[in-house]
Amino acid sequence: MDYYKTLGIDRNATSEQIKKAYRKLARKHHPDLNPNDTAANKRFQEINEANEVLSDPESRKKYDKYGDHWKHADQIEAAQRERSTAGGGGFGRGGSFGGGGQEQDFNDIFGSMFGGARGQARFRGHDLQAELQMSLRDAAKTEKRTLTVNGKQIRLTIPAGVENGQTIRIKGHGGPGMNNGPAGDLLITFSIADDPVFKRMGKDLYVDFDLDLYTAVLGGEVTVNTLDGKVKVPVKAETQSGTVVRLKGKGFPAYKKDGVFGDLFVTYAVKVPVNLTEKQKELFKQLANS
Amino acid sequence: MENEELIPVEVFCTTCHVETTLIDTLAENGLVEITVREQRRYIAYAQLERAEKMVRLHEDLGINVEGIEAIENLLERLEELQVEMTGLRNRLRRYGENAQ
Repeated sequence: MDYYKTLGIDRNATSEQIKKAYRKLARKHHPDLNPNDTAANKRFQEINEANEVLSDPESRKKYDKYGDHWKHADQIEAAQRERSTAGGGGFGRGGSFGGGGQEQDFNDIFGSMFGGARGQARFRGHDLQAELQMSLRDAAKTEKRTLTVNGKQIRLTIPAGVENGQTIRIKGHGGPGMNNGPAGDLLITFSIADDPVFKRMGKDLYVDFDLDLYTAVLGGEVTVNTLDGKVKVPVKAETQSGTVVRLKGKGFPAYKKDGVFGDLFVTYAVKVPVNLTEKQKELFKQLANS
Repeated sequence: MENEELIPVEVFCTTCHVETTLIDTLAENGLVEITVREQRRYIAYAQLERAEKMVRLHEDLGINVEGIEAIENLLERLEELQVEMTGLRNRLRRYGENAQ
């Protein structure tokens, strides 16, 4: 990674220009300003790493000379001195970072000194993604759950009204940071299974209800299931099939809004009686001819 | 038990390397809640994440308190819109299923 390119500055930028460039980019990509945006998060890690190195004059000097291997500048120089004393060629030219041949030489040194390991600046750990499956009825109440992530137990309070596909961020429970950097976050996405009875649209619920013909024609009262129990609903006489009635406040709780609920919409399907007796058929004929 | 959930303001400020005046200003603007017990000022544990975020915005990004307030309002609105968008996506998916 070219730290200068990352910050969009010239190689001879002043410390003030570095600070200005960092702040400008950080204001755009900072994780606090981009919740749940992993791309912005990754970009910010790069910006932060570039700033940490370039804003420190000593680190910058090493970076300018040794590029990605700047953290091992002291070891490189020691190795160069050893080789020079031993008569080995290829080092001590004092060139700046960017020369292809010299870069190859640095890689050789790392191969022998660290078994190919490369140095890394301090930065935040990666975010971890997890999916949590819930039923619609569980999502209707504030739930406390304990999750085990990477061997650690995390107590989690899930507010009532969470949406299918919604993601929440748990600070500091992601991958560990590198070189004392802070840990990443845990992003939990909720997967809410469809309910066999209720259909949810936002905070409203929809339910179908089979209405017997006699109550539909003459009116009466029916008992309808809601999420928090049964309610009695009056039925007007001559109710048609497909009629929708709204039960205010009997729907789904609104996310993070205490005491606010959507509505329950009941759609009536008028059921025609079957297995009629001869007498009942006769009565219907009388009705039909009346 | 209750005391364990409160962090003295000066401890918070020392840990975050900020002046207590910053917390005062944030509290004056209603951005952080300060709890006073026996003439000592505390930040509730539940407020800690929020307070740390404000400090990061101020210290890392050089945003003043008025700017932080505006950002907080916009982030709240963003969260509401994200929830609404997810809801609308689910709704659209259901319409698609019903149409099939």
